[in-house]
Amino acid sequence: MKTRNLLFVLVTVALLVSACGAPAAQPTAAPTSAPAPAQKFRIAVVMPSATTDMAFSQSMWNALQAVQKDMGGESAVELKYSENMFNVPDAAAAIRDYASQGFDIVIAHGSQYGSSVQEIAKDFPKVTFAWGTDVNTFGLPNVYAYTAAAEEGGYVNGVLAAKLTKSKIIGVTGPVEVGDAKTYIDGFVQGVTSVDSSIKVNKTWTGSFSDVALMTAAAKTHIAAGADELTGSSQSVVGSIGAAKDKGDVLWFGTQADQSSLAPNLVVSSQVYDWTGILKQMINDRKSGKLGGDKFTLQLKNDGLKIVYNSGFSLPADVKAAGDKAIAGIKDGSIKVNP
Amino acid sequence: MTNVISLAVIVGILTSAIRLATPYLFAAIGEAFAQTSGVVNLGVDGIMLVGAYAAFFVTLHTGNVWLGVLAAMIVGLLMGLLMSLISVTLKAEQGISGIGLYMFGLGLSSLLFKVTIGTVKTVTGFQPINIPLLSDIPAIGEIFFRQSLPVYAAFLLVPVAWWFLDKTTWGLRIKAVGQSPAAADSLGVSVDRVRYFSVCLGSVLAGLAGASLSIALVNLFQENLTAGQGFIAVALVYFGGWKPVGIMGGALLFSTVNAFQLWMQVLGVKIPSDVAVMLPYLLTIVALAVTVARVRQPAALNKPFERGES
Amino acid sequence: MQSDTTVNHSRLLRRINLNWMDIALQVALPVGAVLAALLIGAVMLVLLKANPLKAYATMITGVFGSVSGFTQSLVKATPLLLVGLGICIAFRASVINIGGEGQIILGAVIGTWFALTFRTWPGWLLLPLTLIVGFIAGAVWGFVPGILKARLAVNEILSTVMMNAIAQQFMNLMIRGPLIDPAGITAGTYLAQSERLPAQVWLPRLVPQTLLHAGAIIAVVLAIAVYIFLWRTTIGYRIRAVGLNPDASRYAGIPVPFYQALSLTLAGGFAGLAGVIEVIGVQHRLLDGISGGYGFTGIVAALFGGLHPLGLIPASWLFGSLLVGADMMQRAVQVPSALISTLLGLVVLFVIGSNLLSRRWAVRRMVAAAKAEEVKP
Repeated sequence: MKTRNLLFVLVTVALLVSACGAPAAQPTAAPTSAPAPAQKFRIAVVMPSATTDMAFSQSMWNALQAVQKDMGGESAVELKYSENMFNVPDAAAAIRDYASQGFDIVIAHGSQYGSSVQEIAKDFPKVTFAWGTDVNTFGLPNVYAYTAAAEEGGYVNGVLAAKLTKSKIIGVTGPVEVGDAKTYIDGFVQGVTSVDSSIKVNKTWTGSFSDVALMTAAAKTHIAAGADELTGSSQSVVGSIGAAKDKGDVLWFGTQADQSSLAPNLVVSSQVYDWTGILKQMINDRKSGKLGGDKFTLQLKNDGLKIVYNSGFSLPADVKAAGDKAIAGIKDGSIKVNP
Repeated sequence: MTNVISLAVIVGILTSAIRLATPYLFAAIGEAFAQTSGVVNLGVDGIMLVGAYAAFFVTLHTGNVWLGVLAAMIVGLLMGLLMSLISVTLKAEQGISGIGLYMFGLGLSSLLFKVTIGTVKTVTGFQPINIPLLSDIPAIGEIFFRQSLPVYAAFLLVPVAWWFLDKTTWGLRIKAVGQSPAAADSLGVSVDRVRYFSVCLGSVLAGLAGASLSIALVNLFQENLTAGQGFIAVALVYFGGWKPVGIMGGALLFSTVNAFQLWMQVLGVKIPSDVAVMLPYLLTIVALAVTVARVRQPAALNKPFERGES
Repeated sequence: MQSDTTVNHSRLLRRINLNWMDIALQVALPVGAVLAALLIGAVMLVLLKANPLKAYATMITGVFGSVSGFTQSLVKATPLLLVGLGICIAFRASVINIGGEGQIILGAVIGTWFALTFRTWPGWLLLPLTLIVGFIAGAVWGFVPGILKARLAVNEILSTVMMNAIAQQFMNLMIRGPLIDPAGITAGTYLAQSERLPAQVWLPRLVPQTLLHAGAIIAVVLAIAVYIFLWRTTIGYRIRAVGLNPDASRYAGIPVPFYQALSLTLAGGFAGLAGVIEVIGVQHRLLDGISGGYGFTGIVAALFGGLHPLGLIPASWLFGSLLVGADMMQRAVQVPSALISTLLGLVVLFVIGSNLLSRRWAVRRMVAAAKAEEVKP
């Protein structure tokens, strides 16, 4: 059995290589390194989850598409993506592959890709690498680092939530207490406390970024415990929004992307990660010869973070004013939010 | 922490547990059928995913939850036929064909979702139905009699499955084929046909498990919605000793502890959340380890049948 | 005498002819299976408005025609081979190990903890000890289901599935707690990763500008060692005996539950080793997602390798190539990654399904050969 399998495996290889070696020459002869006539700007992005995750990856993908549209569409900007790259060596291969194909900017949109970027960027000094979410550019001249000060929007959402809650109990459904899930929620709690420290903020962590059913159960548990508002983060948080919708009167405060479409009457506000500012900065830098070296942080101040009020929800004017005041305070530095 | 365990909390935990147990009941009882006839199907999670997608898509576009249920059943049947073809007719190694089916189902459901829907949406699924009179009983009424139809169906499945396996000729055939296919074959029972039947029955139920998620419990679809619940369902078959009542016990134990740990977190009990999340898995192992009854598995489990071999 | 030699010659010729035909058909069927799956994949590609020729061509040339693609296949193959070796040992004792994910995690977490705790020790001591610690951690995680099965008849599918989930939560606890990267705290990012491991524990890279590391060599050496263990030692013989015929083994005095538990323990150890090698060879730190699905893909690789340690060496390389090639295809024609998983599932189903036809054909050829022998000219 063993020799037979070894043989079949080797013959498979031989057959495949010989069968496909010849015709392969033509399709790949289309050169990817020769410049296209209209000098397209080429951006590639590697993401750890799906472009449809309504959270981290989708926010970057939406931003890239918006930038592409602004710059003239597909004829001006070539955009390529690799999603669901949760296996880091696979992502490293993707990053290296795009870099070797001569892309202008390769975005490694996942904090776990750091060591990969550190190694690969050295081998491709002419390619701009952008890496998030972290603040480390490794001292390399062709690496940008970007992160989001999620705690800022968390604070604003917390203020709004504190003003709107009637039961004085708020539920937080989180995935794992790391990264911007943690910082967002820490900011949220600070925002709530700044308005009324007697409000109870209960937290649950499901231990997974993708378990929607458990997230739904967590949200329903909060509701049963008396929460009339919910917030949380990660792609699985759509489960919490669903639970809020089922109950019918539980308000939702979102982060990472605009989640109003999921519960048009109940989403109060979303902290939206708007990467377009950073992307445009990197593109302009590159056009003028700069390849990296900066750290970007999405903040309310630089419009990287936006608080999007849901037009479908009727927000009382005084509450909105409190929210806007918090935004202004963070922008001018008078309110400090600790991650 | 004064009212950590009050009646309201207990009611909340049990209500949650009943809901959480629903997909496990469908999928595990379905898998029990397949395994009783001798076929291990590790692809249950993949079948749940395509079933969830089909139910969601059809309900989203027709507004009719029953059409969604039908879609999930049809899709489950198709996946079951594929599994039967590979494992029964082609006599492939069952464990690995199950894993191949899982990869296929995971990929197909995500692909179809991305291409036909593209973004996460909610749908109006099965609504809770209060059973008249019974739902007014204090505490018990809220826990058991204010759930949605799929939840009731999942629990009704337990006695139905028991009756089918223990009290009908078909059930007898399934058990015979799983215990001693050669003997069954010599008595004129078509081993392959019975296995096809039980595997397909199991997959239809797995499809329903997926539908119970996407159009009743969470009312949405996302890539990898089940996040591995199908594998837990397969594990519960062993816990329950291939008996529907035992499986229900396992599903309820697992889900109750799960609901309990969520409550513990909400109430602010000071243990790390990761340890809390571990509890249902830990306690399921412990529970099985300490139960005294040793149930023997179907003798022909995981062994393809070829006439002329013993 | 002349007539006897002629008879012997022609008998020999007949045997050689039959063997070559036999092998050719044995190979053609799985190859045909892969091609059939890829054909369905081509249909799906066309439906997704992608060019299947370009897609498959990228796959082949990328993986067999470029240094980065080729080395990447070997990088993927390393954990596949290691996990697969463990699966092999377990399968030989008739035990299914689907606890690979959890065992990989334990090896990675405990190995990381060890290397960080003793970070001042010299490389020649720290590196091998870290590997051993990773192996032991995974082995413990395989031992628990093993002993539960042996002593308390707890089914190993149940216990390993549960232990996988427990391991994931254990890693969460460690990675956001004691093992969290202090740099993440000071920067306020709180990333789900450990500190970078000390350089002396990193496995050396074999080819510059690639991720290929010495772990690949370790894996191949271990494959040979496992072969020797299973076929040339008493313990190995007993493990195989238990798998082939548990009743006969029992009568022969071999304690079946003990050897099954042992095989699960070893399987866990190899998976744990895969985990710690991923950390010190590829990532140089512990990351969320380190298990990378190898607990399941390792099973597929093991079966493609005929459940034989030596067969696993080319099988893990080929399966790694398939995975890497599929990713390259995704990048070239920009199809959703879900297509890759669907395609891989189909490949697995078709190849496994073709086994019966291979076996039936082999039996038929053997029967024909035997009949031909009987007819003496």
